[in-house]
Parts: sequence; structure tokens; C-alpha cells
Amino acid sequence: MKTSTRKKIVQTVAFIVLRGCLYLVLAVLLLFLYDIGKKGGGAISWEFLSQAPRKGMTAGGIFPAIVGTFLVTVTTALLAVPLGMSAAIYLNEYARQARLTRLIRLAIRNLSGVPSIVYGLFGVILFVNIMRFGTSILSAGLTLGLMTLPWTITASEEALKTVPNSYREGALALGATKWQSIRTNVLPYAVPGMLTGTVLGLARAAGETAPILFTGAAFFLPYLPKSLGDQFMALPYHLYIMATQHHQIQQVRPLAYGTALVLVAMVLGMNMAAFVIRFRLRRKRR
Amino acid sequence: MHKIRLARFKESAIRAFFFSSGVLAVLILIGIFATLLYTAIPAFKEIPLSEFLLKKTWDPTSPEKAQYGILSMIVSTLMVTVGALALAVPIGIGVAAYLSDVAHWRVREIIKPIVEMLAGIPSVVVGFLGIVLFGPAIAKIFRIGNGLNALNGSVLLAIMSLPTIISISEDSLNAVPPAYGEASLALGASRWQTLIRVRIPAALSGIIAACMLGMGRAIGETMTVLMATGNARSFPHGFLDSVRTMTADVAIELGEVPYYTTHYYALFAIGLVLFIMTFVVNIGADLILHKYQEREL
Repeated sequence: MKTSTRKKIVQTVAFIVLRGCLYLVLAVLLLFLYDIGKKGGGAISWEFLSQAPRKGMTAGGIFPAIVGTFLVTVTTALLAVPLGMSAAIYLNEYARQARLTRLIRLAIRNLSGVPSIVYGLFGVILFVNIMRFGTSILSAGLTLGLMTLPWTITASEEALKTVPNSYREGALALGATKWQSIRTNVLPYAVPGMLTGTVLGLARAAGETAPILFTGAAFFLPYLPKSLGDQFMALPYHLYIMATQHHQIQQVRPLAYGTALVLVAMVLGMNMAAFVIRFRLRRKRR
Repeated sequence: MHKIRLARFKESAIRAFFFSSGVLAVLILIGIFATLLYTAIPAFKEIPLSEFLLKKTWDPTSPEKAQYGILSMIVSTLMVTVGALALAVPIGIGVAAYLSDVAHWRVREIIKPIVEMLAGIPSVVVGFLGIVLFGPAIAKIFRIGNGLNALNGSVLLAIMSLPTIISISEDSLNAVPPAYGEASLALGASRWQTLIRVRIPAALSGIIAACMLGMGRAIGETMTVLMATGNARSFPHGFLDSVRTMTADVAIELGEVPYYTTHYYALFAIGLVLFIMTFVVNIGADLILHKYQEREL
């Protein structure tokens, strides 16, 4: 009798500790969002979102950084989305469990663990120097694209896995070739799911700083980039500058908070959009 | 006949296209390694490898004698990583165990995306919060001039590696065959005893792999440590010392270094060391996870 009471007390206490762990994590997240929301909210105005920085970046807005991040993310998507999808199609539809396939999967998992600054170094050599794209939107976007590739492959493959095998077999039984069956019966079903995962990957890429530090992000530009060969301002890099490199750090704190809020809102907004798509999709299938 | 042959050709061309994009992942990985190695080699013509890895002084711009020892940075990187794991591993496993064994499935469905949200916060924002939130708090608690030190970096990296540790640990707890837990409960063990003596040991390989992946993330993280650890070059003696990790050093110096100098090559050598460290950790985690998956099948 006594031991069973003890057992119960131990369990109750232990579960409270476990729940405490969860609350701690949630509290940290809330603290982050609250602090950025409260102090960043004050800085947000139409002027802040639509104008370039002025007076040595102590006034004005972040419009060029928003445009720059948008353009880089589009470039990233142009590389990572089609390549990620086709690699996933190979792995899920064509590849057999051979040694090479295992090697490809191992490489993908390892690529997602390569530090972002190392991608930056690789981008400097490959895109800036060897391909002579210079420090530009193109170089930065392609560097981020390589970094995003393992995520888009994995996400696309997850989506392909959800397509029932009978879809493929049905087409093949009617005499369709492999590609015809993929194009008409597999892809229409899988593409929305592939896009969901891809948006998550792009959201992470949009918030990255280290890979663009040396491949194209600029400290300050008074004008918008005119082509993919130009340097650009980017939200994450701008936040880094405003937080650590500015000569009047305390004075520009509100602007840094505002930039952080816009960046977080953008990234979490993209996340949210992906979740909504996924949720709708699941419902539709039921 | 002609038509069939054309269709066959088209099919194999399409297959070849998809195959090449699949193989690309391998080529990129090899390409990164080869590029780093190739660019780092000229550095080792000037700097003996032993000096590079074992000397504490990094002073590449010294007018008298440039010194290229990265031991202080390696120790700094390991210090913030170990600190981060000391915080993130118990908390992460606790959350994973709560979600898989205690919480109602509805709670779990709500909490999981919220935890993933934490992973979505850009590292530069986490670093910024290290400066404005954690820095002043640490300075106040320990009564020191400023809170930009190894402790700050450890706390931030712990927060950043938590989502990885939580989600993979939870997956491996969920993958434990239900019969294990049921048998334990049937023998009269409480749910807590079942969790701690049966289910966690059964999921241990997955949990260890989760922690290793979290460790890989912490070693390679750049912006947070760059912003929050103070970046002093000296050899660290404690968690309240300002430290400069390998990643932070590359981020600070690559922008200013003249191309094709020993210093430039040495920065790529640091990148190579980073690449090898994370590669080893990730392969290790991968082997453990794989072994574990095969046993399950």
C-alpha cells in the first residue's frame, strides 16, 4: 500500500517536471514574440515599410531590404524548387534500393547539416569567383538555393510518398509509360504537398544571413537593385548591421526591433501559409 | 515500330534527367569538400598543420609575425556547444517524453507546430534577442560589465537546437513498439516507471541521434554566436568569458581579408575544419538512426 502511494507521488511530481520543461520552451517562444512584437510594433509605420534608410541609417525605412530579400528568395526558389522536385521524383519513383540511392540519401542528409557559413564560403568560390557572377543577387540566391536543396528534396519526397501506389499501377496497366503515369497520375496529387514543404524551406532561406554575407548583401544602398547582377540589401543582414555594426547602436535600437519584427512576421507568415495549405489538403483528402 | 523506339528514347531521356538531379546532391557535397580543401591547401604551405590546430594565438594581421593558431576558437566552439547541450538535452527529452507519453493527443497536435515555430525564427533574430534580452539579464545576475559571453551563446544555441532534439526524440519514442510499454504496465509499473525504465531505454539510440543532430546545428551556427558571445580572441577560461567561435571568426574576417593571401586561405581552412566536424557528427547520428530503423523493420 505504502509503495503504491509513493509510486503515485513520484509519478505526479515527475510529470509536473516534464510539463515544466514544455512550459519553459513555450515561455521562451512567447517571450521572444512578445518582446519583438511590443518593441518592434512601435517602429512600424507606412514610412518604415516604404522608404529607404536616411541620415546614415538613423531614420527612414527598410524598403530596399524588403525588396532585396524578396528578389533573393525568388532566385533561391528558381534553383531549389525544380531541382528539389526532380531529385525527389528520381528517389521516390525511379530509384531502386541500390547502393547509389543510399549514397544519394546519405549526401542529402549530410547537406542539410553543413553549416550555413560553409555554404557561404562555397558560394564565394563557385558563384562569385569561378562563375564570375560577382557579389550579386544571383550569387547569393544560388548559394541559398544550394542550402535549401536538401530541404526541398526531403519535403517533396514526403509528398510523393503519400500518393497511393494504385494511382501509378492504374496508369501503367492502361499502357501508359512510366513518365506518363507520373505526369498524369502522381504529380497532380503530390504537387500541393510538395509546395507546402518547399515554402517552409524558402522561409528558412529568406531568414538566413551567413550565406549572403560575402556573396552579395550590401551594408547600405540608396537605390534598388536593377538586375540580378547587382548587390542588394537584405532584411536579416540589415538587422545584423543595425544590431551590432551601426555607430549609434542605442539610438537605432527601435529601427532594429522594427526590422526584426518584419523579418519574423515574414518568415512565420510563410510558415503559417504552409501549414494552412497542408491542413486544407488533409481535410480535402478525407 | 519507329514510334515505339522514339517513346522508349524519350522515357530513358526523362529518366536520365531525373537521375542527374538526384546525383547532384552527391556532387554538391563532394564539391563543397573539394572546394574547401583546394582553397585551404595553400594555407598549409605557410602554416604547419600542428601549429594551426594546436596554437592558441590567432593574429593574422600582426605587423611583426602573423600567427595562425585556431585552438582558442575550437575550444570556444566546443564550449558553447557543450553548454548548449547541457541545457537543451534534458529539457528537450523532457518535452519529447511529455508530448509522447503524458499529453493528450490533441495537446500534442497543437504543441508540435508551435515548437516548430521556434525553429522558424531566423538565427539573426535569436542573436539580436541575445544582445537585447539575455545579455543584460546575464550581466545583472552575475554582476559583470556585459553579458556577451559563452553563457549567452550557450543559452541561445540551446534554444535553437531544442526543436531538432524534441521532434526527433519524440518520433523515436513513438516508434517504440506499444507492446513494450503495455507489458511493463501489466507487470504493475507506473506510467512514469514505464517511461523511464522501458520506453526511453528502448528509444535511446534515436534520442542520442537527436542530440547529435542538435549538436551539429550548434557547432555550425554562425549569426547567434557572432552577435551574442562578444568575439574576444583570447583563450576562454569560463562561461563568463567572451569567446570567438570558428564560425564567428570566418564571418568577421572574410569580408575584410585581401583575396589570395595566407589569411584568406586560412579562413577556408577553418571552414574545412568546421565541415569535417559537422560531417563526423552528422554521419554518426545517421549511422545510429539507421541501425535503429533497421531493427524496427
